[in-house]
Amino acid sequence: MKIWAPLLAVLALVIIAWLGAGVFEWTSLFGIIIPYTAFAILVLGFIYRVIKWAQSPVPFRIPTTCGQQESLPWIKQDKIENPSKTWEVVGRMALEILFFRSLFRNTQTEKREDKLGFGSSKWLWLGSLVFHWSMLIIVLRHLRYFLYPVPAFVQGLEKLDGFLQVGVPVLYLTDVFVVLGITYLFLRRVVIPQVKYISLAADYFPLFLLLGIATSGILMRYGLKVDIASVKDFAMSLVTFKPQVIPEIGTIFYVHLFLVSSLVAYFPWSKLMHAGGIFMSPTRNLANNSRAVRHINPWNYEVKTHTYEEYEDEFREKMRKVGLPLERE
Amino acid sequence: MAKLPKKEELLQYNYQVPATDWMDTPVEFKPGTYCYGAKGKNLEAVGFPNARDWSPSEEDWKLPEDWKGTVLEGIADRLSKYRSFRLFMDICVRCGACADKCHFYIGSGDPKNMPVLRAELLRSIYRRYFTTSGKLLGRLAGARDLTEEVIKEWWYYFFQCTECRRCSVYCPYGIDQAEITMMGRELLNLLGLNTDWISGPVANCYLKGNHVGLEPQTIMSNIEIMLEDIETITGKKIEPRFNRKGAEILFVAPSGDLFADPGIYTCMGYLMLFEQIGLDYTMSTYASEGGNFGFFTSNEMAKRLNAKIYAEAKRLGVKWILGGECGHMWRVINQYMDTWNGPADFLEVPVSPITGTKFTNAASTKMVHITEFTADLIYHNKIKLDPSRNDHLRVTFHDSCNTARGMGLLEEPRYILQKVCNHFYEMPEETIREKTLCCGSGAGLNAGENMEMRLRGGFPRANAVRYVHERYGVNVLANICAIDRAAFPALMNYWVPGVEVMGVHELLGNALVMDGEIERTMDLRMRPLPGKGDDDDV
Repeated sequence: MKIWAPLLAVLALVIIAWLGAGVFEWTSLFGIIIPYTAFAILVLGFIYRVIKWAQSPVPFRIPTTCGQQESLPWIKQDKIENPSKTWEVVGRMALEILFFRSLFRNTQTEKREDKLGFGSSKWLWLGSLVFHWSMLIIVLRHLRYFLYPVPAFVQGLEKLDGFLQVGVPVLYLTDVFVVLGITYLFLRRVVIPQVKYISLAADYFPLFLLLGIATSGILMRYGLKVDIASVKDFAMSLVTFKPQVIPEIGTIFYVHLFLVSSLVAYFPWSKLMHAGGIFMSPTRNLANNSRAVRHINPWNYEVKTHTYEEYEDEFREKMRKVGLPLERE
Repeated sequence: MAKLPKKEELLQYNYQVPATDWMDTPVEFKPGTYCYGAKGKNLEAVGFPNARDWSPSEEDWKLPEDWKGTVLEGIADRLSKYRSFRLFMDICVRCGACADKCHFYIGSGDPKNMPVLRAELLRSIYRRYFTTSGKLLGRLAGARDLTEEVIKEWWYYFFQCTECRRCSVYCPYGIDQAEITMMGRELLNLLGLNTDWISGPVANCYLKGNHVGLEPQTIMSNIEIMLEDIETITGKKIEPRFNRKGAEILFVAPSGDLFADPGIYTCMGYLMLFEQIGLDYTMSTYASEGGNFGFFTSNEMAKRLNAKIYAEAKRLGVKWILGGECGHMWRVINQYMDTWNGPADFLEVPVSPITGTKFTNAASTKMVHITEFTADLIYHNKIKLDPSRNDHLRVTFHDSCNTARGMGLLEEPRYILQKVCNHFYEMPEETIREKTLCCGSGAGLNAGENMEMRLRGGFPRANAVRYVHERYGVNVLANICAIDRAAFPALMNYWVPGVEVMGVHELLGNALVMDGEIERTMDLRMRPLPGKGDDDDV
């Protein structure tokens, strides 16, 4: 159920797009209304979620310290893993966000009879990194459809991505890598029993959706070719807010577009928001300096305590007997 | 207490997952794996709700009326107060990187001890009542109804987490199960559900000043015994004074160090050091606890217990505070104390009266860790050490979870150890520093009745100790934590016999050369020092 339901859901989305745009030719709906709506949901939803998180304060300074603290001048502080200044925190966050630092630490625990072993385990890190970076480059490459003239960095990126110069059109490495990445992330979810055990439908759904998006995109480029010039004209019409459907674009394009629309509309309400959340994680984005600089809790309130006076009142005789100084004799 | 299983029996587990989905796998209260329920009188003493005697093994947990509303309101309240909570409920992708990082999972194979799944116990309720998808799709969205069974499951597993934060080191988003466990325990406390082992010490600490419930005269007599031993060992008569106004420094130790073997040896080490350097300090019978079991119940309770330290520093008019060897005590001091009970503007930025070193890293809390203080003394050659007195000991060091992952105090104790003993060996890299493995008894789990679970949780650490024990002949597990000192002896006895447990300042006390002392023939445990004095019958 956890796997089948999301798979069927994604297949349904494909069929909906195929029927809607291909058979019924509701191209305005699938080409204009849905993409605009989905994009609006993404932007507004993302902002909503971030604001929602931001509304909850960070009452305590709780970084997870992963290295030596700043203490005595002759003890070398690990400024990245245990930052005490803002720019060091920026360094730590950059490593997390760009290179998945914490995942890089990953180990695998093995039990052999009465002994435990901790082996290095970098596959999850590698698979995630390959997937996320491919995804980022692919999204940036897509800017060529939305910008005129195409910026030099996008062209450079395309060149780099296709440097193998295999086939016509040139094969983009990221197209291969993104599929490999998604496949790996899916396979480990079904092959590793413990990961399968913790997985929810919400973990499979985005994987299937992304796979659908990648497949339809690849099909468009290498197989069922679409008219790239028309796609560009259409994309430009969308970004300039003069939307105009171009009838010649193949149905596969609408499938791709609909799946992307589904993904971006789903994004803010799903676990995919880890993309925004990681920036706000209090165990990572705070300096470990709460002994040097007082951290303020906005909802800190007075509490009832057991005062020294009450304590002395209770134990005065006993204290006197053992010669402890007293406030009141 | 349940009978302890044999090692072979205990190790009969694997990491296979059950055939049934976790939501359909009910929790089994097996004796030896959980603590006794909180006693009514202890909850009442600090004004916790639903104070009554109850037992987790009974069907009826005597929950208050409308317990469900209380829990849901409690969740809503905490979601609005803690960004960590809301965020950690939302952004987990269930990648599983944390799964085999938890010592309880490693040592038990119970999948609900994977941090991710322990978090899902609470997340599933969050989804059901606080997210649209959970309300609409229910189980398909990973949501489930809040039932009494869920509450029991929470209680079982949130008191099977030592808040050690190891999972958080490996999580790509820094999701911290300790934070989720803390929220879970707060919610349980709203229903009067805690453990006897936590609520007892909390009540003690609140009324008597320390967890173990030492009254002032008992503290003094315990100290008296230590002083007699110090005199026997060193020939030096020491007279520390308690509750003394006008001292420069207030010293606060975990009460375990005032109470029992082997903590008292660490305490003797402190006292000898302070005597040797002529420190102008005092200790307090009122603020006689650095640790904070309140931290294992609720934020408010933790703050109430912690308040004594600043209050006493103010009353006594000291300049700054020095803190002893304790794990969660230092998580609290480093990350919470100033925020709760500061600003400590009646104190001064700590300066070592011996070396003149200004501890700017403690400029606001005005509280210094004793290993920072001592490392500074040694670095400046202010004390004389004879590490050969520890030559019969082969020492390894266990980083406490809290000082490692909630502070980053890694090198200071190591520096001291390197100076006070000649045989020091590190455990494997994957098991020390920020990756340190918990003793399995932290966060208030060091009771007797849950010994099987403690042994399981402590197994990964013991496994690493055994490695250096077999390889280098290590026979001392040094540490800077009172819970470690209380918990490890039983654990080592079970898993790695022949390894003793010592605080860093016990080893320092052995090596410390005091002015005018007699020739040392005994260590702080009053056992003959091999190769020294007349006990050496070669």
